[in-house]
Amino acid sequence: MIRIENLEKSYGDVKALNGINLHVQAGELFAYLGPNGAGKTTTIRILNGLTRKGNGSASLNGFDIERQSCDARRQCGFVPQHLNLDSELTVAENLDIHGRLFDMSAADRRRKTDELLEYVELADRKDALAKQLSGGLKRRLMIARALMHEPRILFLDEPTVGLDAGIRRRIWSLIKKVQQDGTTIFLTTHYIEEAEFLAGRVAFLDQGRVVAIDSPAAFIDQQGQWAVDVMAENGLQTTYFKDNDEAKAYADTLPNEFSLRRVNLEDAFLALTGKKVKP
Amino acid sequence: MNGLIAVYLRELLILKRKLIRQLLGMAVGPLLYLVAFGYAMGSGMVIEGRPYLEFLIPGLIAMNGMNQAFGIATEINVARFYWFIFEEFQSSPIANAAYVAGEVLAGMTRALIGVLVVICLCLPFGLSLQFNLWFWLAVLCNSFVFAALGVTMAMLVKSHADQSLVTSFVITPMAFLGGTFFPLEKLPLWAQKVLYFLPLTHASNAIRSSAFGLTPQPVNFAVMLAVGALFFWIALNSVNKARD
Repeated sequence: MIRIENLEKSYGDVKALNGINLHVQAGELFAYLGPNGAGKTTTIRILNGLTRKGNGSASLNGFDIERQSCDARRQCGFVPQHLNLDSELTVAENLDIHGRLFDMSAADRRRKTDELLEYVELADRKDALAKQLSGGLKRRLMIARALMHEPRILFLDEPTVGLDAGIRRRIWSLIKKVQQDGTTIFLTTHYIEEAEFLAGRVAFLDQGRVVAIDSPAAFIDQQGQWAVDVMAENGLQTTYFKDNDEAKAYADTLPNEFSLRRVNLEDAFLALTGKKVKP
Repeated sequence: MNGLIAVYLRELLILKRKLIRQLLGMAVGPLLYLVAFGYAMGSGMVIEGRPYLEFLIPGLIAMNGMNQAFGIATEINVARFYWFIFEEFQSSPIANAAYVAGEVLAGMTRALIGVLVVICLCLPFGLSLQFNLWFWLAVLCNSFVFAALGVTMAMLVKSHADQSLVTSFVITPMAFLGGTFFPLEKLPLWAQKVLYFLPLTHASNAIRSSAFGLTPQPVNFAVMLAVGALFFWIALNSVNKARD
């Protein structure tokens, strides 16, 4: 569904992407995890035609993003990191303009607008101006807009950045629902728990390279299920254990204050790159 | 075609939402020029055998048409740099030609509204100007030139500040030197030759001749159409440059 081969991109002397290789299957919810500046947004912008690529190639549902750019763009919906709604237009007008851009007929636009506003629970705000919506509602409207032309792939670039925990959970439920309805989802995030909760597979990205791809469970399993953090002279030290009893037994031997917790993707990322996703 | 309509319709909806503010904004400049130059300074003055006010108004129509058509650049830049709506167009499967044509049409629509505002401001004074077919053709050509220039600039600039520089160094000098406020014959011959290349000079000439009931020179239309087509072509080839 999404195929990326040796993709590169430079901004002057800075190499933002350094030979990315990825293959995302139809129906997958794939997360692209990495710290700020790792190249997540650059990849997603190239795939959506917003940034010119360097060397390498990429295709969406079999359409090359450069040679068959219009067909490739028809395959995907894109929800960028920043809000980019037309604030002076109503909720329905935002969807209608998007539908026209994707050459939908008037009847299809009307049908899909009503359907999607029900789907994202915004039907009662149909005639409200986009600027009157709260941050969470704007995010939901952006997802609805990206789904308007029934794309095969939905790209979500940090879809819950800046939202509080409750609203974030509602957006996650919506993303899960979209995937269950058959859309392939490519998600970039630097929220560990977001990738763990949503993704079937995760790619770790660091300095423009994919350093590992696997399921969240496999990454965590490689590391061990439990972690004990202890503040040592040279900083925080973490030891990993396969089971809870083993971890507790080790913790009881420690003279200092410790914390016993479950292993997460951050630990796996740290082990592979020596860095944290969230610095 | 749907893409072109989407781009045009979006601009019209935004214009509709801000119509009162926009109309007031379109009226302020011409009204001040009418009061300052037309009544205060120019009363009793005769140019080319007509009261100065009659000479001035076609110039103001050309100038306001230019300003409003070029104003589409600001709308595009706000959409591009502040609201990031330009990304919606970039990630959709519409042709660059549809995008440019939609924005140019929106600029021309703004210009036509701006021209109607000036005409409304002048109507109560019972001036003997004609708004015939030549007049409207000249207004359309003028709006085409500057809407296409506006879209070109909006695609080429890298920030809102760059846009202000274009306005300061291109649009404002043209507004004063394009045959709007005084006949170019008052200037030295070398200056006349230089200013002859400004598209607004031809727009002012064509609009003024038509408004006076004369047939405008074909060269005025030829220059406007050629310059407009050139700007449109540059705009078309600049859309991809607006990507990172």
